[in-house]
Amino acid sequence: MVDKIIIENLSLQYSDGTESLRNVSMGIPQNAVTVLFGPAGGGKSTLLRCLNRLNDLTEIKTSSGRILIDGENILDPKTDVIALRRKVGMVFARPVTLPMSIRENIIYGLELMGEKRKSKLDEAVERSLKLSAIWDEIKDRLDEPAIALSGGQQQRVCLARVIALQPQIILLDEPTSGLDPISTGKVEAALSELKKEYTVILVPHSVQQAARTADHAAFFLTGELIEYGDGKTLFTNPKQKKTEDYIMGRFG
Amino acid sequence: MMTKFLSRNRHTVQRIGFTAITMMVILTIIPIIATIVFILIKGGSAISWEFLSGFPHDGMRAGGILPAIIGTLYLTLGTAVFSVPLGIAAAIYLSEYAKDNQVTRIIRLAIINLAGIPSVVYGLFGLGLFVLFLNFGTSILAASLTLSIMTLPVIISTSEEALRAVPQSFRTVSISLGATRWQTISRIIIKEALPGILTGVILGLERAAGETAPILFTGAAFFLPRLPQSPFDATMALPYHLFVISTQVPEMPIQIQYGTALVLLVFVLSMNVIATVIRSRARARRQW
Repeated sequence: MVDKIIIENLSLQYSDGTESLRNVSMGIPQNAVTVLFGPAGGGKSTLLRCLNRLNDLTEIKTSSGRILIDGENILDPKTDVIALRRKVGMVFARPVTLPMSIRENIIYGLELMGEKRKSKLDEAVERSLKLSAIWDEIKDRLDEPAIALSGGQQQRVCLARVIALQPQIILLDEPTSGLDPISTGKVEAALSELKKEYTVILVPHSVQQAARTADHAAFFLTGELIEYGDGKTLFTNPKQKKTEDYIMGRFG
Repeated sequence: MMTKFLSRNRHTVQRIGFTAITMMVILTIIPIIATIVFILIKGGSAISWEFLSGFPHDGMRAGGILPAIIGTLYLTLGTAVFSVPLGIAAAIYLSEYAKDNQVTRIIRLAIINLAGIPSVVYGLFGLGLFVLFLNFGTSILAASLTLSIMTLPVIISTSEEALRAVPQSFRTVSISLGATRWQTISRIIIKEALPGILTGVILGLERAAGETAPILFTGAAFFLPRLPQSPFDATMALPYHLFVISTQVPEMPIQIQYGTALVLLVFVLSMNVIATVIRSRARARRQW
C-alpha cells in the first residue's frame, strides 16, 4: 500500500511547555483509517495540527523534522499553506459551525476559493452532506442557522464542510467526544465510507473507538510513538508492554 | 427553638440587605431622572418649530437655535468620518494582528492614557496642531479632528473588546478551511462584532457631540448669521451655544437656555437609545 504521508524525525515543543513530539517517524497509508491514540498530552493533536500547519497559529519553541505529503515537505516555509489546508481538512473535537446557515457553512471554503457557480455549489452541498450521512435529516432546512442543529448533526455538518473542499486527507480530532452513542455510530459509519476516497487520520476519544475504527493504529505516550502497526494485530496482540497496559486499561 | 430563631434572623438580614441595595440603585437613578425632568419642565415651553428652525435674534435673546443644531450635526458627522475608520482599524490591528509584546503594550497604555486627558487639553492641542500649525483655521475641520482624537480611545477600546468576544474557535475553523487571516476577519469576525463596534462608535460620538472644551478654540463660533458653507468655516454648536447664552449674554430669557439644553439632551440621549436598541437586537440574534 502507498504511503500518502511520510513523517520523518518530527520533533516539536510549544512555547508554553505543554504537549510535544519527540522524534516521531511513521508512514500513513492512503485510503485507510489511521488511528492515533494514547493518553492526553501524548502529542496526537499536535501531530494532527502539524499535518495542516494549523500549528502556525500557536507559539512554537522548537521544531525539526519533515512531513512529506505526496513527496513534498509541507513544513517547508515556502509551502502554500492555504492550498495545503484545502488538501488536508480537519474536524475538531467540539463541533464549531460558523454563525451562518447550514448551506453557507458547507460552501464557505469553496467560496473562499472563488467558486461562484450555483450549480457547482449546490452539487457540493448535496454530495458532502450525503457522504456525511446527514443529507436526509436536514435537506429541507439548509437555509436555517447551523447552530439550531443538535450537536451530533452539527459535527456531521462540520465533516461535510471539510468534504466539500474535496480534500485528499481528512484529520479528525476526537470528533465524537461530545456526542451521544447514536450520533457517534453515524460518524463512525461515515468514516468507513470516507476511507474509500480519502486518507483518514483519526484521534479517537476512547480505546474502544480506536479498536473499532482502526485499519492502522499508532500508540503515543508523552510525545513518543511507542508502537505502530496493523489495527487488528495491535489491539489483540500488542508488542510493547506500555501499549498492552494502556489497552487493558491499567493506566491512562 | 434556637435554629428557628437563627433562620428567621437570616431572613431578616437578607431582607435588610436587599432593601439597602435597592435603595442605592434608586439613589443612582434619581439624579438622572431629576435632570431630565427639571430640564423638560424649565425648557419644554421654549420648544417650537420656530425655535428649532430659526436663527437667533436680538443678541440671541429671541429666535431659534438652528445654526447650533446644524453645527453639532456637522461636527458629529465630521468626527465620525475621521474617528470611525481609524478607530476600527486600530481595534482590528490590536485584536487580530498585534503580538503580545512590548510595543503592543505601549500602544495600549497610550490609548488608555489618551482616554484620561482632560478635554480642554485636547482643545489646546487642536488649536496648536490643526488651527495654527496645519493652518486649517477655526473651522469644522479642525474641530472635528480634535474631537476625533478625543473619541478614538472610546471607539478603539470598545471595538477591540467586541472583536475579542467573538469565539476563538471561529478563527481556527475558518483558517483550517483555507481562509486567510483577512478573509476570516472580513467575512466572520467583523460581522459578529459589528453590534458591539457600533455601540462603541455611537457612545464615542455621543461624547463628542456634547463636548464644549475641545471645540472652544478650534471651531466654535459665538454667533454666525448664516449656516457654515464648507468644512473650513467655523460653526455654532449646541454645547458652546449653551455656554454662551448662559454666561456671556446678559438678560437672557431662561427658557431659551433650558430649551437649548433640552435639545442637546434629546440629541445625545437618542443616540444612546439607538445604541441600546442595536445591542439588544444583536444579542437576541446572536448564534454563539
